[in-house]
Amino acid sequence: MSPKPRVAVFKMASCDGCQLQLLDAEDALLELAGAIEIANFAEASSRLEEGPYDVTLVEGSISTPEQVEQIKEIRAVSRFLMTIGACATSGGIQALRNGRDLAEVVRQVYPTPEYVRSLERSTPVAEHVKVDLELTGCPVDRGQLLGAIAWLLQGSVPRPPTTPVCIECKRRGYVCVVVARGEPCLGPVTRTGCGALCPAFARGCYGCFGPSQPPNTEALARRFLELGMSPVQVAEKFRFITGYAPAFRETAERLEREEASAT
Amino acid sequence: MRFLDEEGFGRLMALLAARGYVVIGPTVRDGAIVLDRIDGAKDLPRGIREAQGPGAYRLEATGDHQLFAWSHGPDSAKRFLFPPREVLSTATRLEGELRVDPAPLPEVRYAFVGLRSCDLHAIEVQDRVFAIADPAYRKRREESFYVGVNCGHPGGTCFCDSMGTGPRCAAGFDLALTELGGGFTVEPGTARGEELLSELGSREATGAEAAAAAAVTDGARERMGRRLETDDLPGLLYRNREHPRWDQVASRCLTCTNCTMVCPTCFCNDVVDGISLDGTEATRTREWASCFSEEFSHMAPGDVRKSARSRYRQWLTHKFASWIDQFGTSGCVGCGRCITWCPVGIDVTEEIAAIRVTDGEVAVAEEVVA
Amino acid sequence: MSLDVSASAVSEAEILAGVAPRVATVRRVVQEAYETYTYWLTLDDPVVRRAYRFEPGQINMFGVVGVGEIPISVSSDPARPMRLAHTIRATGRVTNVIKGLRPGDRVTLRGPFGRPWPVSAARGGNLLVVAGGLGLAPARPAIYRAIRDRGAFRRVIVLVGARGPEHMLFRHELDAWAQWLRFRGIETHLTVDIADDTWPYGEGVVTTLFPRASIDPRVTTVFTCGPEIMMRFAVRDLLGLGVPARRIWLSIERNMHCGVKLCGHCQLGPYFVCADGPIFRYDEIGELMGVAEL
Ligand SMILES: Cc1cc2nc3c(=O)[nH]c(=O)nc-3n(C[C@H](O)[C@H](O)[C@H](O)COP(=O)(O)OP(=O)(O)OC[C@H]3O[C@@H](n4cnc5c(N)ncnc54)[C@H](O)[C@@H]3O)c2cc1C
Ligand code: SF4
Ligand code: SF4
Ligand code: SF4
Ligand code: SF4
Ligand code: FES
Repeated sequence: MSPKPRVAVFKMASCDGCQLQLLDAEDALLELAGAIEIANFAEASSRLEEGPYDVTLVEGSISTPEQVEQIKEIRAVSRFLMTIGACATSGGIQALRNGRDLAEVVRQVYPTPEYVRSLERSTPVAEHVKVDLELTGCPVDRGQLLGAIAWLLQGSVPRPPTTPVCIECKRRGYVCVVVARGEPCLGPVTRTGCGALCPAFARGCYGCFGPSQPPNTEALARRFLELGMSPVQVAEKFRFITGYAPAFRETAERLEREEASAT
Repeated sequence: MRFLDEEGFGRLMALLAARGYVVIGPTVRDGAIVLDRIDGAKDLPRGIREAQGPGAYRLEATGDHQLFAWSHGPDSAKRFLFPPREVLSTATRLEGELRVDPAPLPEVRYAFVGLRSCDLHAIEVQDRVFAIADPAYRKRREESFYVGVNCGHPGGTCFCDSMGTGPRCAAGFDLALTELGGGFTVEPGTARGEELLSELGSREATGAEAAAAAAVTDGARERMGRRLETDDLPGLLYRNREHPRWDQVASRCLTCTNCTMVCPTCFCNDVVDGISLDGTEATRTREWASCFSEEFSHMAPGDVRKSARSRYRQWLTHKFASWIDQFGTSGCVGCGRCITWCPVGIDVTEEIAAIRVTDGEVAVAEEVVA
Repeated sequence: MSLDVSASAVSEAEILAGVAPRVATVRRVVQEAYETYTYWLTLDDPVVRRAYRFEPGQINMFGVVGVGEIPISVSSDPARPMRLAHTIRATGRVTNVIKGLRPGDRVTLRGPFGRPWPVSAARGGNLLVVAGGLGLAPARPAIYRAIRDRGAFRRVIVLVGARGPEHMLFRHELDAWAQWLRFRGIETHLTVDIADDTWPYGEGVVTTLFPRASIDPRVTTVFTCGPEIMMRFAVRDLLGLGVPARRIWLSIERNMHCGVKLCGHCQLGPYFVCADGPIFRYDEIGELMGVAEL
């Protein structure tokens, strides 16, 4: 990569939380400004420059027809496209509507539904264009994000770990909520990256970072049932922030069918 | 054998602190007895007992005054002697010059209080891995002080008796205590321990006290939560590499790494490099790793152990078989942590027993020359 | 407290020598084949440089600061350890950064590690080297040693295969060996899976060279190195020819983080590839190579 790579940041359907991970990193932001040229970052500066970009960060899922077009344009002017956050990598919390009647959801959520134009489904960026690197998380982990940028500047594409949250939970010496409290935790099927934030507060993991190395969601679901949850309650656990990720979605769907056929 | 009254234990803690040790002992946090820095007997889990089984652990109040009437929680001395995350070196790159600085050797001196015999054995098992090539481990290890406690309260998942590593502390301690009602019998294991003991104001133990101390561990032996038939484990596991049980356990295993993290002998680690955004400062860190990670066996052409089956087989075979070839000891000390802290309660003793009763169900695959 | 570490087979000094990374400077970069370059290096510290020795088949942990450290065989002549070379193919995270290295750039080295090719075990008989693709890099130091010590062997035979001419490492050197070294008793035969018009040697997988080498199983010691699938075929044919398993040596790869038997990554059954290997005798690991995902 030539002396100062041009970096752009774009936002699709999301809450800005991931971009904020960059904006709030005050020390790092200064350092970053020295290392890269920020060519397009609507949240941070008014300077909006045309592509091409060396590295493009995209936050948010694709959920409107405009975004489908926009992401293709962005891809065309980006040498390296990196999606950041649960929305961009698995459709995010918006993907909860996937598979439901959209009109119904819109009526429930918005006071003036006639202004809302939306696609049937909220989908990850990689369903539309080729993505060179995905950083999961809700929000992304700042250290992981800055680390990835630092590696790219060295000319290397990092490989974020796929091992479950449990490894970090144990490294940090947190007491397991499943074993010591009998509470559900998605840590065993979620990839590490957050620093085991929820177990640190004696809460089960919500799965923000998405499925880990091929996860055994079925075995974990059986365990949750043993803890006294109903199939639908277990399904709800899996249908959270990254619920549209295939591994979580499939187990949730199976559990819902199970409960439906039982009643 | 000496006898130390209840206040004597407080004097021991104070003396260790006075000698500059950071005292590490059992204490209650978030519903478990963990190992952490303690400031005196008040921090110990007095009157607390635990109940543990596969995938389950709960604390209970006993109402008595015992300090050590429990069996260990998830932590072992490994957390301190081989820390979960440790900087190995830093590097600076300026104007084309590169400087690499190994991390300074650790200054801290630990005094471990309340280690059980299984855990003292586990330290000696890890010595064989780290003592030569890891100067930081070696320094921490050599400078630490070890107060063992003879075990009177084996946990529901314990099987040290089967592994020959307990319940009585046989080696690896400076002092070993046995808790009796109203005090402790104390045995020194080293000159260093003897010297410390001489300052504690103990007295010679009576014959009755000595007999009571022996009864504590004899009773524990009777109450082991688990047993394991150890006869020719390497042969058993090596000739059953293609046993159907591996598939069966893989359907239950989350490959979550918990068993390897809590195991006091598991030593695997990753070396991870990081660099500053301007590319001038780099840090090399070592962190706990596990053979349950798919990426653990990554090679450019593909990961070697892709299936959960192969990863569970690596763990169990390493602990109970190949460890013996590699280091001349078993990799398992029978502490039972991997059973308790497995979120789905997979039990190594049960897995081995299942293979043993169906030994040879599928023969070792013939050598495949493709 | 003194530690009991009697179980260790390697001497303490040997291990400690490999623990600290040493800075080295890239002197020259030569393209050898598709995405593959040889990096000629010198260790910066003159004392370390003069003391550094390696055996054929040993590896260094090759480090790019801030990016990572990977196991790479030494590919240069063990008789000239101050001129150190590594031949590296760009395949991923670390190697892609290595691809960008230029003369004057600094890297780190730790090593050498591992059990070498037992060149002297072939003395008095025939030495047969069977290398495929990148596998020639770890084998080359053994060939150099055999060339220097040619009188000690009855025959020295070098068989090299590659996917295509553009994948053949050290092409000029191999041409020279094939044409000139045969007069000094080094028999070199080359083949590629798919040849083109410019390719003057054989076509087909490396085992198709066996008949031409007229291998005498009673006195031949084999070193083979290359993709695992190639080594399997080679070993099958060699055993078929009557070469005993204990005279076939091969080089095995596993993920490595430490090189000194303490990270656990390189385990293959009871072995640590970093210390018990990477060079193994076939009768030691043949059975293990047959177990999937070990
Ligand atoms: C004994 C031995 C000798 C080797 N000799 C050479 C050589 O002479 N020339 C050469 O080009 N390559 C050699 N390799 C392979 C080389 O180590 C890998 O190509 C390299 O590690 C890939 O790293 P990467 O980060 O670019 O790839 P990625 O696929 O991004 O790998 C990420 C990490 O996985 C590990 N890894 C990946 N592939 C391998 C592998 N094949 N072996 C071990 N660890 C791996 C490394 O830790 C690496 O950093 C050798 C490997 C071994 C074990
Ligand atoms: S609390 Fe959750 S993340 Fe932590 S070890 Fe238990 S299951 Fe894993
Ligand atoms: S394998 Fe299990 S029982 Fe054995 S030492 Fe490790 S954690 Fe304890
Ligand atoms: S069982 Fe796994 S994690 Fe534990 S030491 Fe063995 S290979 Fe390492
Ligand atoms: S055996 Fe249990 S603790 Fe170990 S990886 Fe499998 S599920 Fe996790
Ligand atoms: S490379 Fe670490 S144990 Fe072999």
